[in-house]
Amino acid sequence: MASTAAVPLLKDELDIVIPTIRNLEFLEMWRPFFEQYHLIIVQDGDPSKTIKVPEGFDYELYNRNDINRILGPKASCISFKDSACRCFGYMVAKDPSGKDINALEQHIKNLLSPSSPFFFNTLYDPYREGADFVRGYPFSLREGVPTAVSHGLWLNIPDYDAPTQLVKPRERNTRYVDAVMTIPKGTLFPMCGMNLAFNREIIGPAMYFGLMGDGQPIGRYDDMWAGWCTKVICDHLGLGVKTGLPYIWHSKASNPFVNLKKEYKGIYWQEELIPFFQSATLSKDCTTVQKCYIELSKQVKAKLGKLDDYFNKLADAMVTWIEAWDELNPSAETNGSAAK
Amino acid sequence: MSQENIKDSEVDIVIGALQSDLSSFLNEWRPIISRFHLIIVQDPDLKEELNIPEGFDLNVYTKSDIDQIVGSSGSTFFSGYSCRYFGYLLSRKKYIISIDDDCFPTKDSMGNLIDAVAQHITNLSTPATPFFFNTLYDPYCEGADFVRGYPFSLRSGVTSAMSCGLWLNLADYDAPTQALKSQLRNSRYVDAVMTVPARALMPVSGINIAFNREAVGPTLFPALKLAGEGKLRWETMEDIWSGMCAKVVCDHLGLGVKSGLPYVWRKERGSAVDSLRKEWEGVKLMEEVVPFFQSVRLPQTATTAEDCVVEIAKTVKEQLGRVDPVFARAAEAMVEWVKLWKKVESGSFPGI
Repeated sequence: MASTAAVPLLKDELDIVIPTIRNLEFLEMWRPFFEQYHLIIVQDGDPSKTIKVPEGFDYELYNRNDINRILGPKASCISFKDSACRCFGYMVAKDPSGKDINALEQHIKNLLSPSSPFFFNTLYDPYREGADFVRGYPFSLREGVPTAVSHGLWLNIPDYDAPTQLVKPRERNTRYVDAVMTIPKGTLFPMCGMNLAFNREIIGPAMYFGLMGDGQPIGRYDDMWAGWCTKVICDHLGLGVKTGLPYIWHSKASNPFVNLKKEYKGIYWQEELIPFFQSATLSKDCTTVQKCYIELSKQVKAKLGKLDDYFNKLADAMVTWIEAWDELNPSAETNGSAAK
Repeated sequence: MSQENIKDSEVDIVIGALQSDLSSFLNEWRPIISRFHLIIVQDPDLKEELNIPEGFDLNVYTKSDIDQIVGSSGSTFFSGYSCRYFGYLLSRKKYIISIDDDCFPTKDSMGNLIDAVAQHITNLSTPATPFFFNTLYDPYCEGADFVRGYPFSLRSGVTSAMSCGLWLNLADYDAPTQALKSQLRNSRYVDAVMTVPARALMPVSGINIAFNREAVGPTLFPALKLAGEGKLRWETMEDIWSGMCAKVVCDHLGLGVKSGLPYVWRKERGSAVDSLRKEWEGVKLMEEVVPFFQSVRLPQTATTAEDCVVEIAKTVKEQLGRVDPVFARAAEAMVEWVKLWKKVESGSFPGI
């Protein structure tokens, strides 16, 4: 496969969203892969700071002032001082071996090929070159469903929670698992936002990263929250979620003590959250992502409000998010079936 | 569940002999399997005497043994690839590893010889995690763990009841696929073991499999016999059927099923195009089989594998029996199998 195609795949249909509080020198390492695409940079933290972006990239940058200006009172749903602010970028977006990994190309391949959530294929992604469906896989299920999410992984610093980081500070992920697979329907997973791609047209409104960071009782659960909501909605609408390739190299571990402070409520709240999401069902009238999401927000309020008042606020923020999404994206009806 | 410690003496390696000359097979596997007890079951339709090299601790069973235990009518269930199930029945060990006689040890992507038996044993002795998907796959293996967001209450896992390995070279494709893509060979070594999530069904291939006999032995029986079942994997469905039963039972009993490593090298055999004629029956039946198993719900009162199989058999008879008589026969066979299993377990066949 060519690493520099003449016209990059999905050149005008793909945005790369990067939340940041630092200068973006890391983009130099991604230049061969990213230069042809449009970037959306969401600057968290102090808006008066200037973020340095290397020359030659095509980007828009939004800081907190921009978010407040664009969303007005609805800006309250966008987290401050937490990478969860990245989801603002989603809202404004308009449409192993020694070889360098082209993560972008793999994500695109994942999204453009179907998923197979109804029956597990033991040879993993059957649409990949060199693989297929195994004996016993029903032919009626071989067309698959549209892929909404491509969840990539990380070499070097693994995405562990704070307790695990504290116990195993030296552990590095050195295992390159050469597979992409569909996460079966009805199965939840922890979605990491570090290396994530999704089809905005068919699942965008579900990618809300919640209320985290400054002024909130919890952090580092933004992507988890988005992932659980997204998976429940994908299962309901018959969309697929893939995990596995591509890998990226995660070079900087965050401070485990800081992480522990942010996460600790999440660690015991997730014991309630997982059963909640596992048993969440959406009614047949929920035919669009927005409708699914609003219904989910009602269930969050009804069932999790008693766990902590935070969930009442989060449920309200979920509604605000959908309102903001629809305002900024008026014509698109995200009904989950628009994808190729 | 904490780590099990599986001793060699608790393992039987069961080989179904569909070819008479087992010398190259057993000699190539010798470094890996010689310290284990082997059960070799000869396909009752195979007329030639088996050629087995010296130096193994083994029991060999032939048509006459099968006839003695199950009668000559019952022995049709153990023909072809299904002969291995007779070995499962008679084994006195807790764990069974079974590999097709056309599969051989192979190397991983770094060039190291894979000890498939050791890997299966590792898979069965470490917990499974069916209730929540770990994105770094097996959290119990060296260099890995549970990722952020994985609930702590689910981190002790459940007992692993089955370990489903994979195949390099000739993968386990059905005849239409292999016939269409005649050059397709599996050369991708995926360095992972994972738990197949609860309620997710999969095609369990019998080519390279290991299981906890005590936990799920009764669920693995070739009850679904195709009319045109043959001596090539493309012409069978027995493992797919029994594997689905096993997965449903594992989900109900809170046991885990793993898939992935180890790989074996599967040699070329037969012609997919020739098998196409026979294969259609199995392919058609899968369209009924999969939705059926997806909808099966077992009662709380079914607390053992035997109970579960009997319940499934009832439902097969009621729901699938009218679709095709092959299912009605399968339901009866499952009930007979459980009876036979219990008989053998109770010691009714001394000297075997």
